[in-house]
Amino acid sequence: MKALLIRELRLSLRSGGGAIPALLFYAAVVIVIPFAVGPDPILLATIAGACLWIGALLASLLGLERMFRDDAEDGSLDQMLIGQTPLPLVVFVKSLVHWTVTGLPLTLTAPLFGIFLGLEGAPLGAAMATLAVGTPSISFIGAVGAAVTVSMARGGLLLSVLVLPLCVPVVIFAVGAVRAVSGSIDPFWPPFLMVSGISLLFAVLGPFVAALALRQGHG
Amino acid sequence: MKLAANAIAVMRGEDIVVDALSFDVASGEALLVKGENGAGKSTMLRAIAGLLPLEAGSLTIEGSDPDFAEATIAEQCHYLGHENAMKGNLSVGENLQFWQDFAGHPHLTILEALDMVGLDGLDSVPFAHLSTGQRRRASIARMLVSYRPIWLLDEPTAGLDDASSSQFAALMGAHLEDGGIVIAATHVPLHLEKTRELVLQTSTDT
Repeated sequence: MKALLIRELRLSLRSGGGAIPALLFYAAVVIVIPFAVGPDPILLATIAGACLWIGALLASLLGLERMFRDDAEDGSLDQMLIGQTPLPLVVFVKSLVHWTVTGLPLTLTAPLFGIFLGLEGAPLGAAMATLAVGTPSISFIGAVGAAVTVSMARGGLLLSVLVLPLCVPVVIFAVGAVRAVSGSIDPFWPPFLMVSGISLLFAVLGPFVAALALRQGHG
Repeated sequence: MKLAANAIAVMRGEDIVVDALSFDVASGEALLVKGENGAGKSTMLRAIAGLLPLEAGSLTIEGSDPDFAEATIAEQCHYLGHENAMKGNLSVGENLQFWQDFAGHPHLTILEALDMVGLDGLDSVPFAHLSTGQRRRASIARMLVSYRPIWLLDEPTAGLDDASSSQFAALMGAHLEDGGIVIAATHVPLHLEKTRELVLQTSTDT
């Protein structure tokens, strides 16, 4: 499994420029919002958590389409289906690498983009915490979408349509947790733990469902 | 060791491409699968590799290698398809190292395998820089770096020149001498000694 991890990291660093495209897209989304909403610091601070999450969600979708597509096209996927390594484990590692080059850098750069939205202090900390535990779920849900659409010539749009609705619960609870810290009377921990729970659920469920879809769809 | 197919049927999409096909092949034997385009050669190989489900019939294996006692038939196979399963922006050595680690049962080292297919000295070259024939040979080297008793080869010599083809024939010969099995779909003779032929007919009734 270490071999697959190293290969996937190498590939994403050498071919797509690693985390940079996702980060640039994230920056574009987050920077446009203050222009659209207007220079009202109070309003911006209210929606800042939501903006970071929408940016992260959209940026995470970018690399998903290629999670299995490249391997399907060059025959590597055939070898992975034949091999003795359990397929769900392969999917798990690939999802983990996807998160390492999207979700993780998006989380770490949140303080920088928080400036544009007037997000600082405890709410910023809460936003980073929810991004850290919540973005893995996008990668694991996304793996299922990528597996289902792997044999379609233009699966990218369908992939987004499949994945975005499944991410709605994560976004609701994550943004709820950020809002709790920025002065609402709601508590922080229940929504935060919900986000963690959803991530763990999909980390287990996603690889098995994606593996099933790959076996069915790739003959 | 003996691999046998008993009246297998395989679908490709909506059509039955391989129907009521039986054959058996034992250690040290090569089975050449012939037939015109669309006769189901690739489909049959993909079914043996477990990539396509069997609609009917069964595949059985007797007397497996002790190292593969617990393995499924697919897990005892090397499958060389039309694609080379290599990444263009990794070096030849990195590609082979990955497949050796991933597939397990290490056999030859990377450098030995590259030497066997005549690609010595190219292990640090990106795979994308190789010519078509060299890519094919790198893909053949993948079958040498980890051991599998059964080789499933789909047009293995596509893109190879005469010298490389006979070099590959020697590699297949060595594999057969070690008690391996080769099942190859091909239009060209493979210059092997102990071969049997299986001719697939294009099904006309579907």
